[in-house]
Amino acid sequence: MSAAIRADGLRFAFPAGSPARSVLRGVDLALDRGELVALVGPNGSGKTTLLRLLTGLLRPDAGRISIFGRPLERWSRAELARRVAVLPQSLELPPGFRVAELVEMARAPHARRLFGATPEDRDAVERALLEADATALADRRAGALSGGERQRVLVAMSLAQEPDLLLLDEPTIHLDLAHAVGVLRAVEALRSRRGVAVLAVVHDLALASTFAARVAVLHEGRIVADGPPQRVLLPSLIGRVFGVSVEEATTRDGRRVLVPLVAGGALPRPVAVGDE
Amino acid sequence: MRATVTARPLVTGPTPGRAAVVLAGGGLMVLAAGALALALGTVGIGPLDALGIVGRRIGLPVDGAWAPSTETIVWEIRLPRVLTGMVVGAGLGASGAVFQALFRNPMADPYIIGTASGASLGAVGALVLPTLAPALAAAGGGPLGTGLVQASAFAGALATVGLVYALARSGSGVPVVTLLLTGYAVSAVLAAIVALLIFLSGRALAAVVAWIMGSLAGASWGELGLAGALVTAAVVLLLLRWRRLNLLLLGESQAAHLGLGVEREKLVLTMLAALATSAAVAVAGTIGFVGLVAPHLVRLAVGPDHRLLLPASALLGAALLTLADAGARLAGGIPVGVVTALIGAPFFLWLLRRSSAVRPRAEP
Repeated sequence: MSAAIRADGLRFAFPAGSPARSVLRGVDLALDRGELVALVGPNGSGKTTLLRLLTGLLRPDAGRISIFGRPLERWSRAELARRVAVLPQSLELPPGFRVAELVEMARAPHARRLFGATPEDRDAVERALLEADATALADRRAGALSGGERQRVLVAMSLAQEPDLLLLDEPTIHLDLAHAVGVLRAVEALRSRRGVAVLAVVHDLALASTFAARVAVLHEGRIVADGPPQRVLLPSLIGRVFGVSVEEATTRDGRRVLVPLVAGGALPRPVAVGDE
Repeated sequence: MRATVTARPLVTGPTPGRAAVVLAGGGLMVLAAGALALALGTVGIGPLDALGIVGRRIGLPVDGAWAPSTETIVWEIRLPRVLTGMVVGAGLGASGAVFQALFRNPMADPYIIGTASGASLGAVGALVLPTLAPALAAAGGGPLGTGLVQASAFAGALATVGLVYALARSGSGVPVVTLLLTGYAVSAVLAAIVALLIFLSGRALAAVVAWIMGSLAGASWGELGLAGALVTAAVVLLLLRWRRLNLLLLGESQAAHLGLGVEREKLVLTMLAALATSAAVAVAGTIGFVGLVAPHLVRLAVGPDHRLLLPASALLGAALLTLADAGARLAGGIPVGVVTALIGAPFFLWLLRRSSAVRPRAEP
């Protein structure tokens, strides 16, 4: 069976071709169906650019991308939208729409009625709202949402699209811990129940290692490590990639965590790396 | 924190009932404005009499007896003008809604990418050149008629949009910001040429000024048919693309992720809206503010969903321009563009101040 998405030797520079502003210098990455991969890396490492290449918004200077075994350039926008959903890092929601209407817009790739929604569309919208914990927001206007509520609406939109491949650019941004965990649980449920492949840019290493069985680390335009979190997120790698010293510690229940050593004694934020 | 399932069914768009109320309300508004405009004038005719005359002429079983002169005034003089006003208002209202979606900016109007300046150059050129070069007029078989002025305005508007669109192309697409700025720049050049022609216009000056200010005084059945067909076709085709218009409000990247071929769609929408605008401008000149205010008001009242926004903007544009033209006739035949600007602009300022707290943000 072909991979959900496969990228080989992706290179990209701003503006096209200039080596000085090279963002991606040969990225190889493949996701199977039913796989959830967290893409981590410091700011400016090329994560968002990589996602924009994978969704065809940018053309790579070199390299190949295929989705479900077919080269990206041979997909039409309409075909792609029926299989692949993208949650962008930032999206201005048009303020006059109600949340339910926005989530229904994400059904556009499946639209079959000239002027309205089918019962299947409504079911999908209702399910997506529920899974993103946004049902209570259904009648609210987009202009009156808080940052966290907006993010849950965006998540609901990408779920309503009922994709087989989900590309998420920081799905937990603006979310408090409870909602961040809720959103990642919903995504994980999609993966395990429906075999959806998920590539998620996540900044919180603790969340990444909790929900993803596989973590890919992007650093200076290359994937420098790719594998299970407990093998990838090592103190040496984190020190090299993020420039932060971390210390290993073990919790009372025997789980290994990494604690950043921050001068000044600010509250350290442990990074869970599994229970080996 | 825990989700609760709503008991009542999920509403994901305007219900058929709400759509019917909005559209029937808009239709009634247009009808009432039309009856009022038919009744007003130097010869007083009751609004119901006016509707009765029109009703009988189009074959409805209407009882009543009217003087032949009254029938002539209503049918031959006022009705073409009223209907032309409706067509022009509908075209401007609908295309204003489309350009506001395309630019994700409620300040956009139908003239934003050069239709007005292009039409002006076409019309003013057709009015002035014969006076500058009598040989040209003679070759054309005497004074050039209004038909040529209108055809020239229509062609000028469409050609300008085509030029602006081509100039704004960079690489694989047409960024809307570039489109906007190119529209301004090209309009400025054309406006300068129009100003030069006005300076040279001589005895055509009055006709030139009247055209630029916008007027429905020259309305007749023949051109009404053509403009009506063009505007109707454009608005219907635009309405069928409501889902794509809604998707564009999410921004171009997200619209693409939801399956829209964005560059092609921008071109199609621009050309359809330009077609409606050009047809309107060709018969009525450059009438301002209707295309800006109508969609703006409708959005405040019924929301941004183009299923309703587009037809309701067309209806409100039609009603507003019909009333404005009735006002222009009552005020002694001043250009209707003066009325729409005099009333529309202060009204718009008021609206802006009132709604500034909830004004939609423009795309960065």
